[in-house]
Amino acid sequence: MGNDNEILDNIANKEYEFGFVTDIEMDILPAGLNEETIRYISEKKKEPEWLLEWRLKGFQAFRKQKLPEWQNFTLPPIDFQKISYYAAPRNKKKYNSLDEVDPELLATFEKLGIPLSEQKALAGVAVDAVFDSISVATTYKEKLKELGIIFCSFGEAVQEHPDLVKKYVGSVVPHSDNIFAALNAAVFSDGSFVYIPKGVRCPMELSTYFRINTENTGQFERTLIIADEGSYVSYLEGCTAPMRDENQLHAAVVELIALDNAEIKYSTVQNWYPGDKDGKGGIFNFVTKRGICKTNAKISWTQVETGSAITWKYPSVILQGDNSTGEFYSVAVTRNKQIADTGTKMHHIGRNTRSRIISKGISAGHGQNSYRGLVQIGAKADEARNFTQCDSLLIGDQCGAHTFPYIESKNNTAMVEHEATTSKIGEDQIFYLNQRGIDSEKAVALIINGYAREVLNQLPMEFAVEAQKLLSITLEGSVG
Amino acid sequence: MLIIRNLHAEVEEKKILKGIDLTVNAGEIHAIMGPNGSGKSSLASVLAGRESYRVTEGEVLFEGKNLLDMAPEDRAREGLFLAFQYPIEIPGVSNINFLKTALGEIRAYKGQPPMDAKEFLKLSREKQKLVEFDAQLVNRSLNEGFSGGEKKRNEIFQLAMLEPSLSILDETDSGLDIDALRIVSQGVNKLRSEKNAFIIITHYQRLLEYIVPDFVHVLYNGRIVKSGTKELALELEEKGYDWLKEESREKVTL
Repeated sequence: MGNDNEILDNIANKEYEFGFVTDIEMDILPAGLNEETIRYISEKKKEPEWLLEWRLKGFQAFRKQKLPEWQNFTLPPIDFQKISYYAAPRNKKKYNSLDEVDPELLATFEKLGIPLSEQKALAGVAVDAVFDSISVATTYKEKLKELGIIFCSFGEAVQEHPDLVKKYVGSVVPHSDNIFAALNAAVFSDGSFVYIPKGVRCPMELSTYFRINTENTGQFERTLIIADEGSYVSYLEGCTAPMRDENQLHAAVVELIALDNAEIKYSTVQNWYPGDKDGKGGIFNFVTKRGICKTNAKISWTQVETGSAITWKYPSVILQGDNSTGEFYSVAVTRNKQIADTGTKMHHIGRNTRSRIISKGISAGHGQNSYRGLVQIGAKADEARNFTQCDSLLIGDQCGAHTFPYIESKNNTAMVEHEATTSKIGEDQIFYLNQRGIDSEKAVALIINGYAREVLNQLPMEFAVEAQKLLSITLEGSVG
Repeated sequence: MLIIRNLHAEVEEKKILKGIDLTVNAGEIHAIMGPNGSGKSSLASVLAGRESYRVTEGEVLFEGKNLLDMAPEDRAREGLFLAFQYPIEIPGVSNINFLKTALGEIRAYKGQPPMDAKEFLKLSREKQKLVEFDAQLVNRSLNEGFSGGEKKRNEIFQLAMLEPSLSILDETDSGLDIDALRIVSQGVNKLRSEKNAFIIITHYQRLLEYIVPDFVHVLYNGRIVKSGTKELALELEEKGYDWLKEESREKVTL
């Protein structure tokens, strides 16, 4: 990685660098949640009747559920009536080309380092950008179309590919799955949709960038990725938000469907605003992500979580088909007053199914980091295998690391392995690097990136570089 | 190059250096010997700037600058290199990447432009050859899973790459078999020049058969109690340290 020095040189901005607000005209729905809200959203998006019905079922499920109480942290009360459930840049319903997009909006994405223009396309990445509730641009669509690949906003998919959406939406994460998934089903605004046809290997990374801009809004996007038999796709999402004193809710749902012999690689670099050093403000990142593997299929989740006041998510894989594989690679960083409670669930149902979990937690300041994982081996999952490795790294003596691994096996031919370590960055390590001319800040960045290497290696090259930079910036000022 | 005057230091309130005077000029090799606990490694740590050591008296000039005022990384950037007695493992950070970062920092400090990747790899290959360092180890995580000998040889490889003006080898010979000792010594001999200097801290005379010092100093109880040429090392090998201990006791009582 020849860019390391450059990356390390770039560490200058100690504060959250994506905390600006874009001044743009918005259509904002007044705060509040009721059936009318849902009908409004559905109508605004010109949705078919069945989808409205599904949303309303989600809303009923939401009303019946309570906030969970099993978490290892205190969840501040959330007033769902104070959130606005829809905000969209005004006047622009649909863009035919980038020229039509508001220059302010494009400038915002530039600032975030995501040029929507050809540059990125040349780099082989197709980008969908979701600004508050609306998908503003999907690049490179035509090129993908030639291969029969569909990559568009969720809203567009509902209009143009209703059969696919109807068949798969809610098939992995049902509308009643949990309170946040139910809320998402009721009020989801937009998100991305991907379909890879049989036998097609998607020739470029597909990428979505999520941005919360407007005050007092929540972001409730929904992503649905279907990899048909024998296909392959690598997908990446990135997220940022402005600095605000209020907490904002992000309750997304991601569903992955890998049909026979298909493979989906899903990577996340999550950098929502984490709140200030006293824990004021920041995003509540409560996300439900789940995939299902049919025969010989593979789903791999990779996540780098550096942002949000509270991160609460467990990207999971249902290993339904025989010989299917699920992977979870995670780096979660908490500093200041941040909380991360994250991990995965691997449900082994089919025979000879495999799963691999590599979780690296980094806690600094008063940050609290929990790994929570479930490995479930069903009665028919003969010869199922799981390997789990949970490492925790502590910086300073005010932070915490916790591990909650659950293993349930109903099949005695299964083999489940679990390894866990906890370590601290040693003064000896820092001094050693100091003695070679590297200052303490850079020494920590180097040590952290080394620690997270196994996970970062799973990311597509250019995002690995971005993630590495993010880790360095996030932990700046944590030592010394 | 290095002038140490009346250096006193303590660690956890315990006095460990009690008035060291030493001058090292460019082109010289100084060996520092002495029994366990005499303060040899402490001297190396104080010069490199390890945090737990507190200087209570005296001064150290390095190339005319006040060394003790500098942060450890600045001492390194100024050209002071410590080959550690126990090199540290840093998992996941490749040796080569670490060296590229270190070299970049040192060059930036000196106002030199960063070295491009091609040039850097060429330099790395040259130095690997010079100090007979295994190419496979270059791409592995820094010292992780290295044998004791490999770690020590890596210190010499780093020394070759960073080209410091003053190198302190802190018991680099301990735990080395005869072949590794020969390779390490040959490395140092190839690297020595009129422009740089070495301080070699060692227990045994053995290393000095390979690296011939210009001066030998005996450290005992926080002081240099005797200085001489390489013959002093031979004398020590033969007679041990006891006669010096007695001599120094007499001095103290005087």
